[in-house]
Amino acid sequence: MVPLSWYLILSAVLFCLGVSAFLLKRNIITIFMAIELMLNAVNLSFIAFANYLGKLSGHVFVFFVMVVAAAEAAVGLAIIIAIYRTRETLNVDRVNLLKL
Amino acid sequence: MMPQILFLFFAAICVAGAINLVLQRHPINSALSLVVVMASLAALYLLLGAEFVGAVHVIVYAGAIMVLFVFVIMLLNAGAEEQSQGSRIALLIGGPGVAVFAGVLMWLVTRGDKAIGNAKVGGMISSGDNTHNVASLLFKEFLLPFEVTSVLILIAIMGAVVLASRKES
Repeated sequence: MVPLSWYLILSAVLFCLGVSAFLLKRNIITIFMAIELMLNAVNLSFIAFANYLGKLSGHVFVFFVMVVAAAEAAVGLAIIIAIYRTRETLNVDRVNLLKL
Repeated sequence: MMPQILFLFFAAICVAGAINLVLQRHPINSALSLVVVMASLAALYLLLGAEFVGAVHVIVYAGAIMVLFVFVIMLLNAGAEEQSQGSRIALLIGGPGVAVFAGVLMWLVTRGDKAIGNAKVGGMISSGDNTHNVASLLFKEFLLPFEVTSVLILIAIMGAVVLASRKES
């Protein structure tokens, strides 16, 4: 059996890697992937706590997080396509004006 | 002993994939390493006795969402990212900031380790059918949030169609 703190440490490491990818990457698609990584890290700690407490509510929360992540990915990628259509770039440093 | 070995194995794959996501320059490489992270996370869910969540994770995340990402990368023909002034500032401020954040998180978890005690996780939660119990929880206790998420998905679909459609001008 694995101690709970191992799962929490793994979740923290994944979350911090997601934050660092979010801050360091300049490509807007990679920044979106970093957000997905952070959501996954939180999901892992949800499942670990569900197992630790012996309650299934954590699993249901994970489903809701997945639904929100799917909705966010669909809308976000549509926004990325719209940005690329108007600006011809995916670099976030060049997307610094709301209005063209 | 076996669960610890399996946990360490999949955790190592997970962290290696996440580090690779940060280090790779090309977005398609980052996307594929994110798929590796998803797959090993699904294995970790199975270790925690969440077999339905693990299966849904593979289908929805590694299947649907990552295909969407790869599709957009190929549609926009995204090349390797270019370095600029902003990336140097992000490295200077973001790197130490994330290190401090990770340190605080680790400190909190290891300090709480005493309060948690020698808690062990693993194995199945409920004696009966896990999927059955999740379904009854989802459709009885969490029925209203479930219906709200369906509205959210509908709005997201309409928003994506409106945002991605070409404007006639």
